[in-house]
Amino acid sequence: MYTILKAEELTANIFLMVVKAPRVAKSCLPGQFVIVRTDEESERIPLTICDYDREEGTITIVFQVVGAGTLLMSKLKKGDAFHDFVGPLGKPSELITDDIEITKKKRIVFIAGGVGTAPVYPQVKWLKEHGINADVIVGAKSKDILILEKEMEAVAGNLYVTTDDGSYGRSGMVTKCLQDLVDEGKQYDVCVAIGPMIMMKFVCKLTKELNLPTVVSMNPIMVDGTGMCGACRLSVGDKIKFACVDGPEFDGHLINFDEAMKRQAIYKTAEGEAYLAAKEGKTHHGGCANC
Amino acid sequence: MDVLKKVPVREQEPKVRATNFEEVCLGYNAEEAMAEAERCLNCKNAQCVKGCPVSINIPEFIHEVKEGNFDKAYDVISESSALPAVCGRVCPQESQCEGKCIRGIKGEPVSIGKLERFVADTACANGRKPQPASEKKGKKVAIIGSGPAGLTCAGDLAKLGYDVTIFEALHQAGGVLVYGIPEFRLPKERVVAKEIENVKSLGVKIETNVVIGKSITIDELMEEEGFDAVFIGSGAGLPRFMGIPGENANGVFSANEYLTRSNLMKAFDSSSATPIMHAKKVVVVGGGNVAMDAARTALRLGAETHIVYRRSEEELPARAEEVHHAKEEGIIFDLLRNPVEILHDENDWVTGIRLIKMELGEPDESGRRSPVEVAGSEYDIEADCVIMALGTSPNPLIASTTKGLDTNKRRCIVAEEEFGQTSKEGVFAGGDAVTGAATVILAMGAGKAAAKGIDNYLSNK
Repeated sequence: MYTILKAEELTANIFLMVVKAPRVAKSCLPGQFVIVRTDEESERIPLTICDYDREEGTITIVFQVVGAGTLLMSKLKKGDAFHDFVGPLGKPSELITDDIEITKKKRIVFIAGGVGTAPVYPQVKWLKEHGINADVIVGAKSKDILILEKEMEAVAGNLYVTTDDGSYGRSGMVTKCLQDLVDEGKQYDVCVAIGPMIMMKFVCKLTKELNLPTVVSMNPIMVDGTGMCGACRLSVGDKIKFACVDGPEFDGHLINFDEAMKRQAIYKTAEGEAYLAAKEGKTHHGGCANC
Repeated sequence: MDVLKKVPVREQEPKVRATNFEEVCLGYNAEEAMAEAERCLNCKNAQCVKGCPVSINIPEFIHEVKEGNFDKAYDVISESSALPAVCGRVCPQESQCEGKCIRGIKGEPVSIGKLERFVADTACANGRKPQPASEKKGKKVAIIGSGPAGLTCAGDLAKLGYDVTIFEALHQAGGVLVYGIPEFRLPKERVVAKEIENVKSLGVKIETNVVIGKSITIDELMEEEGFDAVFIGSGAGLPRFMGIPGENANGVFSANEYLTRSNLMKAFDSSSATPIMHAKKVVVVGGGNVAMDAARTALRLGAETHIVYRRSEEELPARAEEVHHAKEEGIIFDLLRNPVEILHDENDWVTGIRLIKMELGEPDESGRRSPVEVAGSEYDIEADCVIMALGTSPNPLIASTTKGLDTNKRRCIVAEEEFGQTSKEGVFAGGDAVTGAATVILAMGAGKAAAKGIDNYLSNK
């Protein structure tokens, strides 16, 4: 069992938890992920690592309630425990494993969308600790669902917050913010974009035009997370890659996002039914022709 | 009773079992088992034992069954096998013990597998357990993977008095016995969990959720956690795909994914938190045991199910019993066919599969006649789900993170056959991680050999 030392609702439907998992905390690096199961019956849910403390033996995860599995997770309190917590899985971010002297010469911009702010944070923090200041664009639909702003501010070179509805910071999508920064004279050598697939797709469309190499972190459907099932396969250029063992980070300009987004919808009906059942009880059987 | 024939074993009716996940074969009762045991000739130079990868003293255990000493029969089997209830169910007996049985020359061989299963199930019902070691060796051995190779190696080493810890990457122990082989062939609670409990009762510890090569490396296990030797039984987990157009469409799965969802995550049960596709018409590509398991799972989930295999029936690599059961249940075999493309609609959902007819040419390196495409013979069949059961290869994770561990061209770990010694001192390996995808019993044989190798190594150290 993996005890929860801290559980906090950051904003509506987005939760942060600090979990005791010494083996994971000892060996993980930014960019890697874990798979958690709430109880003996739960499905396996992959989550990118948001922070780690090697001395305390803890991992911080941040997740948004999107279905029955994450809804169940959100009910856990401080002192409760996850039944299973395995990792670190996947490869660390290349910015972290590359030669540090080369990375130091790069002008880096991170683009974080929504709950994707969480996996961006440890990378920016690691770079800061190694004397590299990276710019960060954080996008959210509106001010009230912005997360980790203070934490990010402490580690980012420049932090640009933008909201879709203009309720806070700059106004518009992250792509507009990046375009504006470039128009304002900012120059970057590499972009790391993490967020919803649709956001990463449009960031990559823009950065292709800007000729700005872009890394994305993919979050397709997974089962085991160790290369066994192939559910997370993606078309990357002309190759098939498994996000769990070959990624989760890939060259965003080579990813077939349209295919990846269609693949994400495979279990949408089943997931939707399970979510409604978890929230409202078994009232949605289908077949009634009323909905 | 016809002495040339096996005592028939009771099975669920094909029509009934095609709609449930209960075990197909019901096994012998005491009376049937004793009657079947009578057929054993108790050969002095028993050929059956030579056909068994773990060398169970088959005539002796059958003799005890004949006498009605079922507990004694279990003790005889336990000396050689850690998982008799599993082996009695999933071993390819026709090509091993039963294939060598003298009775089989004229008539049917003794039903050794069914007798083994009876003995193991009876011992389990009676609460009989294997005996733990009386003396401890004071040396630690790490076992990587809790599948058949790892459990066997762990069980044997624990019996010798070693302090054994198994590390398992998934949340549940059992490896392929849990994620790969379906409930209707190998019940998880009643059989697999009990066998694992038996291994634990020998003092073996199992730590789940540890991915060796990620959570911790083999070098760290030996240098920081004080393990004196390591056995790698990590299996062959990576699925193969064909590389044909449409393979990433929605509704195309590896057999590993489909079976893991159904078996490990219990998705066959509608109350499971993990979803599985409930298709109308499923095409399973491949002819091995995994293909049969996937097809029979799809059938039970309500689909019309086809098996597409590029050679003929004679070359099907699956166990004879699985093919027989699959046919009885209504699986349709499209033999001498090969997929060339998976068809899908504009939203990428599978709508069908394009097949090409094949004919058999000259025998290839494996001795099997190799299939050749018949030019211009392509045709389409409808389907909303395609499952690829084309075999698996070892996961490179361990080899790539362990200093001095050699692998071959097929990414398999190089290990010497007699005792499983690898290129790295103190590290042994066996099972699918070494051979590529094979059978439960061969993995067990390798686990057993490596246990001897590790005992030799640590005794002389």
